[in-house]
Amino acid sequence: MIPAAFDYVRAGSAEEAISLIGEHGEDAKFIAGGHSLLPLMKLRLAQPSVLVDIGRLSDLSYIRDAGDHIAIGAMTRHMDIEKSPVLAEHVPLLAHAAGHVGDPQVRHRGTIGGSIAHSDAASDLPATTLALGATYVAQGPNGTREIAAADFFQGFLTTALAADEMLTEIRVPKMNGAGWSFQKFNRRAQDWAIVGVAAWRRNGESGVGLVNMGSVPILATSVSSALASGASIADAAEQAAAEADPQNDLNASPEYRVHLAKVLVRRALEEASK
Amino acid sequence: MQIRVTVNGTVHESDVEPRTLLVHYVREVLGLTGTNIGCDTSSCGACSLHLDGEAVKSCTVLAVQADGCEVTTIEGLATDGEMHPMQQAFMQNHALQCGYCTPGMVMAATSLLKENPNPTEAEVRIGLEGNLCRCTGYHNIVQAVLSAAGGQ
Repeated sequence: MIPAAFDYVRAGSAEEAISLIGEHGEDAKFIAGGHSLLPLMKLRLAQPSVLVDIGRLSDLSYIRDAGDHIAIGAMTRHMDIEKSPVLAEHVPLLAHAAGHVGDPQVRHRGTIGGSIAHSDAASDLPATTLALGATYVAQGPNGTREIAAADFFQGFLTTALAADEMLTEIRVPKMNGAGWSFQKFNRRAQDWAIVGVAAWRRNGESGVGLVNMGSVPILATSVSSALASGASIADAAEQAAAEADPQNDLNASPEYRVHLAKVLVRRALEEASK
Repeated sequence: MQIRVTVNGTVHESDVEPRTLLVHYVREVLGLTGTNIGCDTSSCGACSLHLDGEAVKSCTVLAVQADGCEVTTIEGLATDGEMHPMQQAFMQNHALQCGYCTPGMVMAATSLLKENPNPTEAEVRIGLEGNLCRCTGYHNIVQAVLSAAGGQ
């Protein structure tokens, strides 16, 4: 399968990338590792007229301790997140989840920024960073702004990013010793999750993100509220799908996904509570 | 677009359409047909090759993204007519049946050992999760990778 024809330009800096995307208009797309976009282009579900390659902006590939949070450059690859000692210490849930994205070949190319900006509800890192209360930094022609993960995902493959904005950094609060768990249910090793759960728990606080339980990644706030008001794990897990709107596809019916979400949230909370 | 790619140690300068996939570039422009196209949807791993020393699925990389990079295909593993230790291990352990997945398996396995020189059996199985074998030959493939790791 070969994508429809497009023009290709390579950006030498974030500023140049933003200027190029502004110049080429709505039919232009950024490409980083390309592991979300190229498959869609090969199926001709996406036919951008111009690709602005930001994959070589190595100054956007970093993982830094920034005090209360870890700052991750948008061009940081899944493999680098998976193997980061800084993340293993401070945000182990994210490092672990990154190690479950696709397979090693995919993790050598795919980036956290690309995954989040693409905002596929079936991808692991959007829901995981949502559960962790991350903040995303977007850069546009007039400077940068911060967007809370909870405000970022607006609909199917649709985000709060403006057409001329680029996601440049992901800020993830340190977990400070919170218990955590990542549950991914799929049928073949490297598949997307049929349902996935990223959860953490510390004292009365918790965060639960759901993968592939709707058109956007879902924050299961009812589960956290139930836990905060003293519900048992089993009772809180019954609320797993309260915010979700799961779809029907070849792998599972909505009813089955709701069932899976409850089971996986219960398992995740049990593991996170150990 | 003009690109310059070093493939198996040889520099190639080519004019390619931006939409040319890396796998089509190595197979059709350079004639290196050892890299197979399987699923063409970044699932099966048959098209795995090394891009700057790491295994990638070349059906999901544009040739223009490889501009300035080093590519190694299955044809580039042997030196002076001697098979690479991983190729020898695949032969000795009967780690192939029809052979279609084999180039991708070998490229993924050599990349795996570069990152984890002494993997456990479980780590080999997880490390090869991006490569599918439809002859269900995983057992001998895993044995081959473990034996290559032991011999290195």
